[in-house]
Amino acid sequence: MDFSITEEQSALKDVISRFIDNEYDFERRMKIADGETAFNHEVWNFFVEQGFTAILFSEEDGGLDGGAVEMMLIMKEIGRGLMLEPFLENIVLAGGVLKRLGTTKQKEQWLGEIINGEIQATVAFTEPQSRFNLNDISTTAKKQNNQFIINGKKSFVPNGADADLIIMPARTSGSQSDTHGITLFGVSKESDGLSFNTYKTVDGHSATEITITNVKITADCVIGNIDEGYDCLEETIDEATLAICAEAIGIMRSLHDKTVEYSKNRVQFGIPIGGFQALQHRMVDNLMACEQSESLLLWAVMTDAKNTKNLKKAISGLKYQIGTAGKHVGQEAVQLHGGMGISWELDIAHLFKRLSALEILFGNADFHLQRFIDLSDS
Amino acid sequence: MHTNFTPEEHDFEQEVQAFFKDKYPDDIKQKQDRAIPLLKEDFIRWQKVLYEQGWAAINWPVEYGGTGWSTVQKYIFANEMAKANAPAIVPFGLGMVGPVIYTYGNEEQKQRFLPDIAASNVWWCQGYSEPGSGSDLASLKTRADRDGNEYIVNGTKTWTTLGQMADWIFCLLRTSSDVARKQEGISFILVDMKTPGVTVRPIITIEGGHEVNEVHFEDVRVPLNNLIGEEGKGWTYGKVLLQHERTSIAGVARSEYRLNRLKDKIRNADKAQPSLQGDNSFLRKIAALEIELKALEYTELRTLAAVSVGNAPGPESSLLKIRGTEIQQRLDELFMEAAGYFSLPYVPDQYSLESNETMHVGFGSDTVSSLQYFNNRKASIYGGSNEIQKNIIAKHVLGL
Repeated sequence: MDFSITEEQSALKDVISRFIDNEYDFERRMKIADGETAFNHEVWNFFVEQGFTAILFSEEDGGLDGGAVEMMLIMKEIGRGLMLEPFLENIVLAGGVLKRLGTTKQKEQWLGEIINGEIQATVAFTEPQSRFNLNDISTTAKKQNNQFIINGKKSFVPNGADADLIIMPARTSGSQSDTHGITLFGVSKESDGLSFNTYKTVDGHSATEITITNVKITADCVIGNIDEGYDCLEETIDEATLAICAEAIGIMRSLHDKTVEYSKNRVQFGIPIGGFQALQHRMVDNLMACEQSESLLLWAVMTDAKNTKNLKKAISGLKYQIGTAGKHVGQEAVQLHGGMGISWELDIAHLFKRLSALEILFGNADFHLQRFIDLSDS
Repeated sequence: MHTNFTPEEHDFEQEVQAFFKDKYPDDIKQKQDRAIPLLKEDFIRWQKVLYEQGWAAINWPVEYGGTGWSTVQKYIFANEMAKANAPAIVPFGLGMVGPVIYTYGNEEQKQRFLPDIAASNVWWCQGYSEPGSGSDLASLKTRADRDGNEYIVNGTKTWTTLGQMADWIFCLLRTSSDVARKQEGISFILVDMKTPGVTVRPIITIEGGHEVNEVHFEDVRVPLNNLIGEEGKGWTYGKVLLQHERTSIAGVARSEYRLNRLKDKIRNADKAQPSLQGDNSFLRKIAALEIELKALEYTELRTLAAVSVGNAPGPESSLLKIRGTEIQQRLDELFMEAAGYFSLPYVPDQYSLESNETMHVGFGSDTVSSLQYFNNRKASIYGGSNEIQKNIIAKHVLGL
């Protein structure tokens, strides 16, 4: 039993942490969020140069052999710094599919380019009707000679505006909710028949709706076996869920720390409001929510990935916790800041909004509680 | 970062499992499994079995007869003990006064008291709370006034758990009122319950049981050498003890055992009892609790890991106490909810090993579920109420 991190892991955390403290303050973050582009490309280059983009891949795939602990450390800092750069989309989502199912050629090309920062990538994991069900896919891919013709619609594709490579699950057989019959395609954004509708999201990020009309994809862009893409999609989204839970905890801790600090300085009725017991107990509740969330994060991170059922269960348990405890901490932080908590000017509002978005992303608390039950032995 | 055991820890786990399988007396196990209250002699017999094995004084240093176990070993032991549904060690001697004596007592006191505590020859109880001093413990008024080489003790202690069985009581007593802060002038003093002037009166609790008592002291003469440590420093000693108490009352392993029992109960519902298997709203409550408990298990592991590198259990033990007791009480609620009508019969006398369970009203564990639910409302009140724990965290962790 050992909860300590290695020196290398600690160094990794320090690099990104220092970068946030020195070069990614709230003011800069808001400038990026308000700017023309979805994120800052110079900052992304920093991720590439520091090897963050390589960390989660095996040496064989051109990576640095990192794992869940490294991902957790990076994502917590991304949360704390409210960073907009698409580590999740490029590395955890698109990279996650490719490292699992990509052919040598696909890895050399796409994964290599992602790691080098030459291309942007994402996964289009949801459709207008599917809510949180990854298997609910009505986008179709029909085989015609040596190619596939794809038709359908993908909603809420994060990093969709910048992605050169969009990994799209589409139905090659079966009915709308079958897990069998889903195939993963690597689609270039230049393909004829794609139309994009990009919008900003409430948390300062952006996403894209993609309409797919008779898009022709050659067979060498199929990732993995025909009809058998679901397991990879689910595992990848699970890993991404773990990642955003770490991000959420980075945000929750930040909200909690800032709230306690604020309560020591804000004077009302002649004393700092942190002196009032009613507020003290609420801040203690927030602390406990953070600690309990951190504990579940560590549980999920340390769960043996080979035991897929246990891992899924751990991740759903964690996401349920983040959905409930995160909502609590976020709302309380805003409430304890009073009017300041609802002003655009303060970071509290933006931390709260990102946290609220993460509660929904990849399934809310209700969804994951049910999944946790369904995964339990009955 | 990992939660794996070393090969030695695995061996230890097996050794502990074998011990519980072979040495845990069957009649006590039956009582535990059927929720029949244990008698004093049951507790003592069981603790003597642990003592013979050298496993009674778990937290004590080896020189005083302790195990010398690592935190991981202690964790394994607590887990196996819960899995075997063995009675928890009655904490007052081995868990509370023992550590205070070997930490702050003098050589004579260590030799006089520790061996009998370790061997469960002497039963202890705790004299902290008073009728006027609950959460505000430091306002306690029971006095110990010096008279020659004795103290004369006057006053009343209350909520004294299992005081009716106790031979000795360890008390926080006021030895001086002329102090700047009320936490000063309190001393940690041991009193023989057989001393003239000590009277124990039962307090019947909400579920009808006799677990706690009032202990009255009327001109009770106590030798000065029953004072532990320095006069007036008792508050500090008592606080250290409370932090140990708080970690142990989180009861994570025991709650895990109970949660599994609840799940079994739902899975194995027989014809006589309707199944809750299809009741998704109930299953969701269980799942939410299971997740909260898993979080607490890891919070405890994180605390243990911190302790094992030399940090004393600090204010974070308050967090374990709060969440641990909330979870226990939630389990109580769910057991009672699951029992439905069968939780309502109030027939406490039907529980004995001799009685035939088929003659019972309802099902044994179902009728007990309500008693357990009512009784265990105490969990968020004792050991420093959960509100007091929040005050401690606010002050010492958040710096408010």
